[in-house]
Amino acid sequence: MKTLKTFKLGGIHPQEYKIAADQPIEVLPIPKTVDIPVAQNLGAPSKVVVKKGDQVKTGQLIAKGEAFISANVHASVSGKVKKVDDVLDASGYKRPAVTIQAEGDEWEEDIDTSGEIKKEITASQQEIVDKIQEKGIVGLGGATFPSHVKLKVPEGKTAEYLIINGVECEPFLTSDHRLMVEKGEELMVGIEILKKGLGVEKVLIGIENNKPDAIKHLSEIAAQYNNIEVHALKVKYPQGGEKQLIKALLGREVPSGKLPIEVGCVVNNVGTAYAVYEAVQKNKPLIERVVTVTGKKLEKPSNLQVRIGTPVKDLIDKAGGLPGDTGKVVNGGPMMGKALTSLEAPIVKGTSGVIVFPEEEANRPPLKSCIRCGKCVAACPMGLEPLYLAQLSEKELWERAEENLIMDCIECGSCHYTCPSGRPLLDYIRVGKTNVGQMIKNRGN
Amino acid sequence: MDKLVISGSPHVHQNTSIPKLMYMVVIAMIPAMLVSFYMFGLGALRVFLISVLSCYLFEYLIQRYLIRGPITINDGSALITGILLAFNVPSSVPWWMMVVGALVAIGMGKMSFGGLGKNPFNPALVGRVFMLISFPVEMTRWPKPIVSREYFSFAGMDDKILDTVTGPTPLGKLQEEGVEGISESSGYADMVLGQMGGSMGEISAIALVIGGLYLLYRRVITWHIPVAYLGSSFALAAILWFADPTQYADPFFHLVTGGLILGVFYMATDYVSSPISAKGQIIFGVGAGVLTIIIRVFGSYPEGVSFAILLMNAATPLINNRFKPKRFGHKPAKAA
Amino acid sequence: MDEVVIYAVVSMAGLGTAAAVILYFIAQKFKVIEDPRIDEVEEALPAANCGACGLAGCRAFAEAIVKNESLEDMNCPVGGNEVMEEVAGIMGLEAEQKDPLVAVVRCNGSKTNAPQKVIYDGPNTCQFAHALSAGESGCPNGCLGCGDCEESCDFDAIHMNPKTDLPEVVEENCTACNACVEACPRDIIELRPQGKKGKRTYISCVNTEKGGPAKKHCSVACIGCGKCVTACPFDAITMENNLAYIDPHKCKNCRLCVPICPTNAILEDNHPEMSEKIVEKAKENLKKQTEKKKKAAKEKDNEG
Repeated sequence: MKTLKTFKLGGIHPQEYKIAADQPIEVLPIPKTVDIPVAQNLGAPSKVVVKKGDQVKTGQLIAKGEAFISANVHASVSGKVKKVDDVLDASGYKRPAVTIQAEGDEWEEDIDTSGEIKKEITASQQEIVDKIQEKGIVGLGGATFPSHVKLKVPEGKTAEYLIINGVECEPFLTSDHRLMVEKGEELMVGIEILKKGLGVEKVLIGIENNKPDAIKHLSEIAAQYNNIEVHALKVKYPQGGEKQLIKALLGREVPSGKLPIEVGCVVNNVGTAYAVYEAVQKNKPLIERVVTVTGKKLEKPSNLQVRIGTPVKDLIDKAGGLPGDTGKVVNGGPMMGKALTSLEAPIVKGTSGVIVFPEEEANRPPLKSCIRCGKCVAACPMGLEPLYLAQLSEKELWERAEENLIMDCIECGSCHYTCPSGRPLLDYIRVGKTNVGQMIKNRGN
Repeated sequence: MDKLVISGSPHVHQNTSIPKLMYMVVIAMIPAMLVSFYMFGLGALRVFLISVLSCYLFEYLIQRYLIRGPITINDGSALITGILLAFNVPSSVPWWMMVVGALVAIGMGKMSFGGLGKNPFNPALVGRVFMLISFPVEMTRWPKPIVSREYFSFAGMDDKILDTVTGPTPLGKLQEEGVEGISESSGYADMVLGQMGGSMGEISAIALVIGGLYLLYRRVITWHIPVAYLGSSFALAAILWFADPTQYADPFFHLVTGGLILGVFYMATDYVSSPISAKGQIIFGVGAGVLTIIIRVFGSYPEGVSFAILLMNAATPLINNRFKPKRFGHKPAKAA
Repeated sequence: MDEVVIYAVVSMAGLGTAAAVILYFIAQKFKVIEDPRIDEVEEALPAANCGACGLAGCRAFAEAIVKNESLEDMNCPVGGNEVMEEVAGIMGLEAEQKDPLVAVVRCNGSKTNAPQKVIYDGPNTCQFAHALSAGESGCPNGCLGCGDCEESCDFDAIHMNPKTDLPEVVEENCTACNACVEACPRDIIELRPQGKKGKRTYISCVNTEKGGPAKKHCSVACIGCGKCVTACPFDAITMENNLAYIDPHKCKNCRLCVPICPTNAILEDNHPEMSEKIVEKAKENLKKQTEKKKKAAKEKDNEG
C-alpha cells in the first residue's frame, strides 16, 4: 500500500467520534426569530444598513462591509427587523446584531432558488471576485476570513496552487464530509470558479482517509475536470490547519508569520467552495450553512442546513433535545471550538458544529504539576515547546515568550490534549499571545 | 444538567495521566522483578518491600510535615523510585541501609527540589549512588544467583555465609583481571538470562528488554534515548575492541552486563530528568552511552551507568536550552 | 629561605602598588559626575520600587526629577504628600499638594448578588477568564474573582474574600500604586481620593448594559435609572452608557443618593450607619430635586 501523505512535525490522533457521518444533510425549519451578528468575519465589523421596523426579504443586504477586510451580511429570513441592538454572543459578551422576526420565506427575486446545477461559468475573473465580496462569502472552515480578500493576490506574489481543504480533522464534525458526498457536483463548479477567480491552473483537494466515500466521489467528478487532483491524507490532527495541509500536500513550509501565498498557495475550505458556487452561479448570499449537531449522548446526531442567526437551541432540539446530563455545549470542533455560555447564542457563518458533552466529560482532567515529559513538544505541529511558553506566560515574561516563538502558535490544542498532568497549556499561551501581540504593536508605534 | 461548564479549547483530552504512565512503567518492570525473585528468593523480596515501603513512607512524611502541601503518594512515582532503587542494589544489602537509601532518594533526590517534576536528577539513582559511595563494601558484595537464594531470610544473611556465596560481577572481573578474566566466565546466554552476579534488577537483559519494548509499544517512552544510548555505547565499545581485542572487552559484553539495559530503558528515560525535544534526547542518549563506556573502561569504578546518567541529568537543562525542536516555518538555525 | 620571603613580599607589594596606581587613573578618567541630589532624593523615597510613578523604580524616579529640575507630572503615590514635600525641599522646588488616593473596588457582584450561571473551569487568572467569556455570573463587566489584583499587589493591600469572591482593599496598606487597576482586565478598580476621614461614596458597579440584562446578571447592578443623577444637589453624578458615575471632587458625601438607589448600587465607606432620618431626607430631596430640575428644563425650553 502506498503510504498516505501527511505533515511531519507533531500532530495527534484523537478518537474520531464521527457519529453523524452517515446522516444526510437535513434542512432545519426557519426559526421564529434570528439574531444576525453584524461582525461575523475576521476583520472590521460591518455597517448596519437597515433599521428597526424595516421589512426585509431573505437574502437582502443588512450590513455592509466597508473596510478592506470585512464582509457583507445578509438577512437569512424574510420578515420584520425587530431590533438593531446588542445580543449576547457565544461567550456571553454583547455584540451588535440585527434581530429579524421571521414572516414566511420570501426571497430576493434575483436569487435562483431552483435545485438545478448550473455548470457553465459565465462570469469573468473580476466579476467572480466582486460577486464573492457582494454576497458576503467568508472562509467557512472556522476562521471566517473574507474570501474575496484571499482571491486578490498581493503584488509581487503569484498563486500556483488552489488548495481545497476537505480534511475536517476535528473529531465529531462531519458537515464538510456530508457536503462533499452530497454536493460534489456543485462543489466542483465552485472550485472551478475559485480557480478562475484566482487565475491558477492547479487544484489540490486534500481529504483525510477516514472519509473514503467522499474521496471516491470527488475523485470521480474530478476526472471530468482538468488539473484537479484529489489526495487522500493520513488521519492526523491538525491537518486542517492551512500550514499543515500545504506541508502535507506539497511539502512546502509557509514561513513563520507569513500567509500561504508566500509559497504560492491559496487554501479554501470545501464549505467555502460550495458557498462560492451558490454566490456566483445562483446569486445567493451566504445565509445558510451546514452545521453538525452531535454528541455521544445526543439522541439523533445530525447534519443540518441552518439559516445564519438560528439559536443553537433549535438545532439541539432537532437532534433530539438536550440530554439531561449535559455539562458543556461547544460551538465548533472539540479541539478548537468555544464553550457556549447560553443556548440562545446564534449560529454564525463560522459555526461548523455544535457538540454536546455529557457532565462527566465537561470538566477538565485534574491539574497536576508538570513532569516535563515532553509530550506537548512532540505533539506541537509548529515545533514549539508549549510547556515553556505556558510557563513564560504564567510568569509574564513576554519578551522571552516572544523569543520562543509564541506567536507561531496556531492554537490547535494538541499540547493540552496530550498533557498527562492536565496543564492548561493553551490557555496560558493564549494569554501570552495577547500580551506579546500587544507588545509588538506598541513597539511599532 | 445544572450549569454549563465554560473552559478554553480543547474540550477533549487524551485518556492519560501521571499515575497511568507510572503504573505502565511498573508493569514493564515486572519481568525483571520476577527474575530477581527467582535468582535471589527471599532476599530480593525483602529488599523490594523495604525499599518501596520506605519510599512511600518518606514521601508521605515529607509532604505531610515538611512541605505541608497536597499529598501525592498515589501518583506512582514513589513506587517506581522504590522499585528502581531495589533494582540497583545487591540482594544482600542490610535493611537499614535500604531505608537510608530510600530517604536520600526521596528526600534529597526528589522532595528537596519541590517534588515530582522539579527534580533535576533521577531520585533512585541519587539514592543508589549515595549508598554506593557511603557503603562501598556492602554495595559491592554480590550474592551468586540461585546458589545464594536458600540462605536468605527476612533478617538478611549471616555475614559468614554471605562470604561464601558471593562472587564478582562480570564487569568487576573485567576491571580486576582484564579481558582474560571474563573469557572463562559464563557464556552470553547465561548473562542474557540473568545468570550472573550483579544488582537485583540488572542481571537479566532479556527481561528488561521485554519491559522496555512494552514501554515503547505503549508510547510511554520514545525510541530516541534508548536507541541513542545503546547505539553510542555499543559503537564506542566496538571501536575500542577493534583497536585492541586483548585489552578491551567486546561490545556485546558491555551491552548485556551491568546496569546498561536497566539504565537505558528505565532510568535514562525518566521524564523529569531527561531532555524534552527529540534532538535533545538523542544528544542525552549519546552522552550517557559514551560516558558509561569511558567510566567502565578508564575509570576506577567497574560500572558507570549510574554516574553517566546522573552526569547527563545535570546537563539536561543545558541541552534543553541549546537543542530546540525543529520549528515549523523557520529555516534551520545556523550552527552557532 | 629569607630571600624567598623577601622576594615574595616585595613582588606582592610592587604588584599592589602598580594596580593601585592604574586603578586610580582609570577611576579618574572614567569618573561619572553625578548630581549628589539624586542620592538624596532616592534616600527620601520609600524604596518600594513598585513602579507606581510610571518609572522603573525609585532610582529612576530620582534621576528623572533631578535631570528635569522639575516636579511636574512627577508623583510618588506611595510616599504621598509628605515624601514629595521632602523631595521638593531637596530640589528647592514647590510640591503640589495631591489628594491621597485609595483603590476602590467597583463591583459588588458577590456569589449571592450575582448568582453563578455557568461554571468556569480554567486557569485562575482574570486575564484568561475575561478573554474566554463574560464570566460565571454572566455580567460582562463584573468581577471574575480570580484575584489578579491580589497577585499584583506589592503591599498586601488587596485580598480576595473567599465568601464573596470579591477583592477587598485594606485601606491602611493601600498606597494607590495603580498596580491592581492595571491588573484588572475589566477596569473595576479605581483610584479615588481618600476623602475626609476616609469617607467616600461611589457607584459600586461598572456594568454598561441596559437595566434589564444588568439586573438579570446581578441584583445590585447599576441599571442606569438616573435617580441618583436627579437627586444629587451638587451635580456630582453623571450618566454614561447606562452607568452612573460619582465625581469624587464634586461629591460632598451628603449621602442623599445612597438610600434612593433602587438596586443599592451606591456604596459608601467609613460613614456612620444609615439612619432613618437620612433616608427620609433623601426621599424628600429626590422629590425636591426632581421638581427643581423639571422646572429648570421647562424654563430652558421656554427660553429656547
